[in-house]
Amino acid sequence: MAEHAANAEHGATHAGTEAPGGGHDNAFPPFDATHFASQFVWLAITFGLLYLLMSRIALPRVANILKDRGDRVAADVDAARAAQEKAEAARVEHDRTLAEAKAHAQALGQEAHQQLAAESDAKRKALESDLNAKLAVADAQIADMKAKAMSNVESIARDAAMAIVEQITGKAADPEKIAAALASATKA
Amino acid sequence: MAAEAQAINPIHQFTINRLYDLRVGGLDVSFSNASLFMVIIILAVMALMLLGTSGRHIVPTRVQALAEMAYEFVASTVKGTMGAEGMRFFPFVFSLFIFILTANLIGLLPTAFSVTSQILVTFSFAILVIGLVILYGFYRHGVGFLKLFVPHGVPLPVLVVLVPIEIISFLSRPISLSVRLFANILAGHITLAVFGGFVLMLIGAGAWSILSPIPLLAITALYALELLVACLQAFVFAVLTCVYLNDALHPGH
Repeated sequence: MAEHAANAEHGATHAGTEAPGGGHDNAFPPFDATHFASQFVWLAITFGLLYLLMSRIALPRVANILKDRGDRVAADVDAARAAQEKAEAARVEHDRTLAEAKAHAQALGQEAHQQLAAESDAKRKALESDLNAKLAVADAQIADMKAKAMSNVESIARDAAMAIVEQITGKAADPEKIAAALASATKA
Repeated sequence: MAAEAQAINPIHQFTINRLYDLRVGGLDVSFSNASLFMVIIILAVMALMLLGTSGRHIVPTRVQALAEMAYEFVASTVKGTMGAEGMRFFPFVFSLFIFILTANLIGLLPTAFSVTSQILVTFSFAILVIGLVILYGFYRHGVGFLKLFVPHGVPLPVLVVLVPIEIISFLSRPISLSVRLFANILAGHITLAVFGGFVLMLIGAGAWSILSPIPLLAITALYALELLVACLQAFVFAVLTCVYLNDALHPGH
């Protein structure tokens, strides 16, 4: 066996110095059957051990990891979906209360507006009627003053007419004739 | 001189040295560099699949993410070719895939030994797969498993020709399965070593050493290709395993 290995060494050296790949007196190493038994035994041992470790420990473990992760992700997705639904419900509820509050505020505003309008209307009406009353009093006063003034005008005119007639004719005028003339003048 | 010649000889990298540990028990079961790398492979896989997942994180660490990726990749391949029923073979296909993938990738490290460049290793895997197909096929379907070789809906005269072809194609499966992986890895490593040899020879060739970066660049490109081949061949092996096992599950075409 050792001799064979030495031969292989020698063969390799020989081949290298002459021409690569040529001039082998030994078998091509992969086809060299001397090591087949030991290779096969070690392959069986190592691959058998690997198969056992993989099938018993590693692969079930990885399968569990993947399953756990899948479950976790599914649970998280479900939770997220539930949270989203809750948020949506809260939004609807919020919208509803907002609309309610808005309507309430509007009603309140309307009411206040109407009340204020009614109040100001009443005030205005009171003021108007007050003013109208004052106006009527003032009108009456004006008419009274006017009548008085007019009667004063008549007596002044009569006096003036009598003075004018007396001046022109030189004798006192007839007060009745003057009054008649005045009446006809004012009528005209 | 001898070391340099070994470096240039592209075949040297496949030699098995049993000088690491000598053990004989009736049979020669020495612990060689091949055995050492088999151990390294399963240690690497254990680091990924056992240590990496020991945290059982909901939000995975990088190593755990890699382990999960490998799991889901193989699981989807198995389900894709065999359906949910094929998941009973999932541990087997996964072990096969991860072993071959790790062997291919570790084999690409400089000075590392490539376990899958040994025909015995790939052929053992292929025989294991075909053996499992045959055993499970007969266990599950009894003689009905032989329907695999008789495509239904084919007239009798055609069957006379077709059945031997089907049998030959079935029997050639372990050969094609093992040689495909073995030859890909072997050829890739030889090519890399040959170009490495070019670099060495050019460096030692006086003025010509100015050309030595050219094969070095070629090695870089080839190495990228070999990384692809390493992953692709592991995947191809796993997919074909699934396809063949599918025959055991559903022998009627």
